[in-house]
Amino acid sequence: MLKISNVRKTFNAGTINEKKALNGINLHLEPEDFVTIIGGNGAGKSTTLNMIAGVYPIDSGTITLDGVNISRLPEHARAKYLGRVFQDPMRGTAADMEIQENLALALRRGEKRGLRWGISKEEKEQYKTLLTRLDLGLEDRLSSKVGLLSGGQRQALTLLMATLKKPKLLLLDEHTAALDPKTAKKVLDLTEEIVNENHLTALMVTHNMKDAIRLGNRLIMMHEGRIIYDVRGEEKKRLEVSDLLKKFEQASGGEFANDRMLLS
Amino acid sequence: MNIGGILLALQGAASQGILWGIFVLGVYITYKILDIADLTVDGSFALGGCVCATLVVTHGVNPFIALLIATAAGVLAGAVTGFLHTVFEIPAILAGILTQISLWSINLRIMGKSNIPLLKTGTIFSGLVDATGMKTSLASGLIGLVIAGAVIFLLYWFFGTEIGSALRATGNNEDMIRALGVNTKMTKMIALMMANGLVGLSGALVCQSQKYADIGMGTGAIVIGLAAIVIGDVLMGKVRNFAGRLISAVVGSIVYFLIRAIVLQLGMDANDMKLLSAIIVALALCVPVAMEKYRLKHSYSEGGEEDA
Repeated sequence: MLKISNVRKTFNAGTINEKKALNGINLHLEPEDFVTIIGGNGAGKSTTLNMIAGVYPIDSGTITLDGVNISRLPEHARAKYLGRVFQDPMRGTAADMEIQENLALALRRGEKRGLRWGISKEEKEQYKTLLTRLDLGLEDRLSSKVGLLSGGQRQALTLLMATLKKPKLLLLDEHTAALDPKTAKKVLDLTEEIVNENHLTALMVTHNMKDAIRLGNRLIMMHEGRIIYDVRGEEKKRLEVSDLLKKFEQASGGEFANDRMLLS
Repeated sequence: MNIGGILLALQGAASQGILWGIFVLGVYITYKILDIADLTVDGSFALGGCVCATLVVTHGVNPFIALLIATAAGVLAGAVTGFLHTVFEIPAILAGILTQISLWSINLRIMGKSNIPLLKTGTIFSGLVDATGMKTSLASGLIGLVIAGAVIFLLYWFFGTEIGSALRATGNNEDMIRALGVNTKMTKMIALMMANGLVGLSGALVCQSQKYADIGMGTGAIVIGLAAIVIGDVLMGKVRNFAGRLISAVVGSIVYFLIRAIVLQLGMDANDMKLLSAIIVALALCVPVAMEKYRLKHSYSEGGEEDA
């Protein structure tokens, strides 16, 4: 499905701020793989997602998605294949536009936009049904501005938008990190539901090791721009947080895992 | 000063405000929808006037055709700014200034001198004037109203379409709409071209209504545009729907020119008008910030809840 081969990225090359963000990443995803990615700050988790999405150009290597080489496509052209949810709830939706307008924009992801009306009657019905399922009381607020919603509501809406038109790959970049624990759980449950129901292939970056173990069929740990641990299936199910901490300590040469990982 | 004279001045001002209203709609697209201050408009407004006057006077072109060509010239000016901004990533304000400055020279080249009077030639308003015997200012107001109505209708339709929605989203959350597959360079380009096309059209209409084009006719236009938008917001702030907000831009323009006519009648120097416009815009931008700061400062209480 997704095939990342030997992808490298260095930021600010040749300056004092040089940072090797990705150090020859290789990753091969099967269809319907739901992969969680963990690792310390600066390990390259978000960078990996951004490289797939085309936010920055890569220095070398190839990224192939479902047989299409997308390594050098601009961000907006790759959007056709990708559903994305960001960490910041503000980034995934247009605050000054209506809920239904946001959904209508998402329904047309990757399609040619013309001079047809931006939203149809049938669509509105479809949105109403979908929003009812979210159980956030948004189904009666189709024409409310998104800016009036809470962070959790906006993130749930973004998730719905990202999967409204089935993506070949869903990229979730710490999409519950900015939410309170209760809302985070709700959004995570919804994520699992949507991924399973639509048989999506997904990559989810998280700082929460319990979530990383609980969700998905495969787990990847990154450190200093490399994938240092890749586990799936039964083996992954048996993982404990302490196993991951041990792995992390080994990788970082005895350095203790950072506070955020310990607390989670 | 007689009442009749004042009324006549006000009616002339209202007509002028309507024709400038089309300019304000252009500014509205960039400033309010795309969320960038496009300074090209000072140049493209004069460009519209200069192109129109040159075509009608020097080349004997039909005044209607001249309007269309002036609009196209405006579109082209917007494209230059868009090109500098999107392809070479020059900040929008600077890209606009570069185009604006170069248009000064270009406009002089087009006209070959610094102003052209349209005294002996017909305009799109002269037909109505000849047929009914009404004053040119009234005729230009009426025809301007029809054109402004058509422009508002077209804009309302366009911003409801798929491309139009993508354009609104570009101004609102660029990251998001790019993640949804929209080439935001393209949407910005379209917006800048549309906006400056309207500005060029307005320049041509004003030129035909005042019967001359002048190299300086666009100087400070952006401030007039912003002032009109601000006035429209204040007067019709409660109207939230899109058509209403477009109408409020034109209403703001009319009120701006009425205020202008009144203060001029009261004896203010015409050259001080730019200062007054700038003060209106500056106040409109300062007041919300000042109020927020005041609110924050006064909502602080050492003890906690009770006093808040």
